[in-house]
Amino acid sequence: MAILADKNTKLIVQGITGREGSFHTQKMIEYGTQVVGGVTPGKGGEWVHGVPVFDTVKSAVEATGADASIIYVAAPYAPDAMFEAVDAGIKLVVCITEGVAVSDMMRVYDYLRDGNIRLIGPNCPGLLTPGQAKIGIMPGYIAKPGSIGVVSKSGTLTYEVVYALTQSGLGQSTCVGIGGDPVIGTNFIDVLQMFEEDPQTEKVCLMGEIGGRAEIDAAEFIKANMTKPVAAFIAGRTAPQGTRMGHAGAIVEGGEGTAEEKIDALRAAGVRIADNPEQFPELLA
Amino acid sequence: MNLHEYQAKEQFAKYGVPVQTGRVANTAEAAYNIAREMAVPVVVKAQVLVGGRGKAGGIKLAQTPEEAREKASAILGMSIKGHIVHKVLVVPAANIAKEIYLSVTNDRAAGKPLLMASAEGGVEIEIVARDNPTAIIKQHIDPFLGLREYQARNVAAAMGLSREHWRAFAKIAMNLYASFVGSDAVLAEINPLVVTDANELLALDGKMIIDDNALFRQQALEAQRDVSDDPPEVIHARDAGLSYVKLDGNIGCMVNGAGLAMTTMDMTKLYGGEGYGPANFLDIGGGAQADKVAMALRIILNDPQVKSVLFNIFGGITRGDEVARGILQALGEVPTNVPLIVRLNGTNAEEGRRIIEAANLPNVRYASTLTQAAQLAVQAAKGEL
Repeated sequence: MAILADKNTKLIVQGITGREGSFHTQKMIEYGTQVVGGVTPGKGGEWVHGVPVFDTVKSAVEATGADASIIYVAAPYAPDAMFEAVDAGIKLVVCITEGVAVSDMMRVYDYLRDGNIRLIGPNCPGLLTPGQAKIGIMPGYIAKPGSIGVVSKSGTLTYEVVYALTQSGLGQSTCVGIGGDPVIGTNFIDVLQMFEEDPQTEKVCLMGEIGGRAEIDAAEFIKANMTKPVAAFIAGRTAPQGTRMGHAGAIVEGGEGTAEEKIDALRAAGVRIADNPEQFPELLA
Repeated sequence: MNLHEYQAKEQFAKYGVPVQTGRVANTAEAAYNIAREMAVPVVVKAQVLVGGRGKAGGIKLAQTPEEAREKASAILGMSIKGHIVHKVLVVPAANIAKEIYLSVTNDRAAGKPLLMASAEGGVEIEIVARDNPTAIIKQHIDPFLGLREYQARNVAAAMGLSREHWRAFAKIAMNLYASFVGSDAVLAEINPLVVTDANELLALDGKMIIDDNALFRQQALEAQRDVSDDPPEVIHARDAGLSYVKLDGNIGCMVNGAGLAMTTMDMTKLYGGEGYGPANFLDIGGGAQADKVAMALRIILNDPQVKSVLFNIFGGITRGDEVARGILQALGEVPTNVPLIVRLNGTNAEEGRRIIEAANLPNVRYASTLTQAAQLAVQAAKGEL
C-alpha cells in the first residue's frame, strides 16, 4: 500500500531539460519510478534519459496518461508550473523548488484547494515509497520498505533519520518531505491522516521545526484521531526570536512558534519526543 | 528584508495611505534645519531595523529646533538592541485623539493574507493579543479577490470606530493591502494609525517586511537595503549564498540543510549545558564545494568566541569523499588551530572518514554519530579534548 505514490504512479517531470531536472530524472528512473514524460516549453520532441519531452503539461498527460508531476523549475516560474499541472488534470503535484514567493503560493494554494489536488511542497525533498517509487531528490539507498511512516519539514534531517531507521532494521512505508515554507500544499495533519488510514504504516515519525503552528495543529489532530503511535523531533530549541533560520518559514514571531510550545503540545498529545534525532530507532522499535 | 520606518511610509504613501511625512537627517544639524523649516514642535525618531525604539529612548519630542538638534545628537550613534542609529526621521508632532492598530500579514495555516485591527493601538500587538485578545479584529483576505470594502467596513464597525471614520478607515485598509501586495510584503503594519484632533486618520508609524523570496521582482526595494547595520560576516555570507545567523555561543556549526543545521545547534546545547552552545546557524547548502566551505569557515572563525567547530554533512547526492576533500582543501586555505570535529553521514561516508583521518591534522577529529560529534565539539570547546 504505502501513501501518495507507488510503483504504478506515472510521473512527468516539469523542467526536465534543466540541470537539476535532468539529473534527478535519471536518479528517479534508476530507483524504479515510472517516469513517462517531461515538459520544457520549446523543447518538445527532444528526449532526456530515454524520456520524451513535451511542450506542455496537457500534451504530456494526453500522450502518457501521467497522474503525477514533479517540478524542478526556477522559483520565478514555479507558480506557473503548478497552475499548469493543475489545469492539465494532474492529481499529485510535487514542487521541489526553493524560494517561491509566499504571495504566489497563497494563490496556488487557494486554486488547487478547489480541485481536490494534492500538492507536496514547495521547498521540499519530495517523497519516497521505498522499493516502489521516488518522486523527488531523497537519496534512494537510505530507505528500505517497512512500516514506519515518515513526515518532515526538512530535507537532510529527514535523510539522517531515515538512514538511522534503516540501519536499525526499521523500514519505512513512505517518507514525505512537506517543505519548510510558510505556505505549503500539504501539512502534517494531511499526511498523518493518510498514515492513519494506510494499512502498511504501523508507526509514524514526525520532524518539525520552529515557526508557525503546524506542529500544534498536528498535536491536536493526533490526540483526536490517531491510533498509531507517533514519535517526534522539533528542531530549533536554540534558535533566537525574530530571526529566520534558513527555511523561509522557520522563524519565531512574537513569541509564537517556539520549539518548546510545540514539544509541550506534542507530548500532551501522547507523542514520544526525541531530544536527539538518533533516538528515533529506540523510540519506534 | 526589513524596511526602515521612513522607507515603509514612502511605500505606504505611494499607495495612497495618509502618512505623516517627515524628513530624514543624518546629523544633528540637519535635524535642526528640518525642524526650523517645519516651524512646529517635532518628533525625532531613530531609524533602526529593530522594535522597541521608544522604550530605548530612540523617540523624543522637541518643542524647538534647538531642542531637535539636542535630541537628534543624543539619538544618533546610540545603540538600540545592538543596532547603531545612523539616521533619524524628523516629523511634525501630531495631536492625537485616538490610536488604532492596523496591519496586513500572512496567516500561514489558512494560506491567506490576514487584516488585523484593534482600537487599542500604540502598544505592541503581542501584548494586546495576550491581555485582551478579543480587542483584535481579524479578517481573512481572498488572494484573488483582494480586500473588499465591506470587509474593511465590518472591521471598522467591529472595533468600535465611530461611523464618521468608517469610509476613511476602509480606504486606508484597502490601500495598505494594495501596498502589501504590490511590495510583496509579509508584513505591513501601522501602529499607531491615529485620529487627530482635526478628526483625520493619519499613519504615524510604519513597518514593512519584504518577502526575501520575492526580491527578484522588487528590485527597487532591494536597492533600498540598509547594510550599514549588518556586520561584515553577514554581508560576506549573503554574497556567498550562505545562510548564516550569528548566535552567542562558542561552538561553530557548519551543516548542509536548514533543518539539520538547527538540529546540530540544538545538539551542541543539549550536550554543552550551561555556558556552551551554538555560535551560529550556517547552512552551506548542497555540494559542500571547497570554496564554499572555505568561505563558511572564514566566517565562523572570524567570531572570536568560537572555541571549536562542528562540521555535520549528510551526503545524499553529494558523496562523503568529495565533502572530505572539500573540507581539507578549505583547511589548506584557512589555516587554524581551533579544534574541528568532522562528522559525515550518507553516501561514501566511510571513504570520507578515511580521507579525513589519513590527513592526520592535529586539530581535526572524526566522529561517526551526531551524538558523538556534539559531545566531542563540547569537550573541545571546554579545552578537554
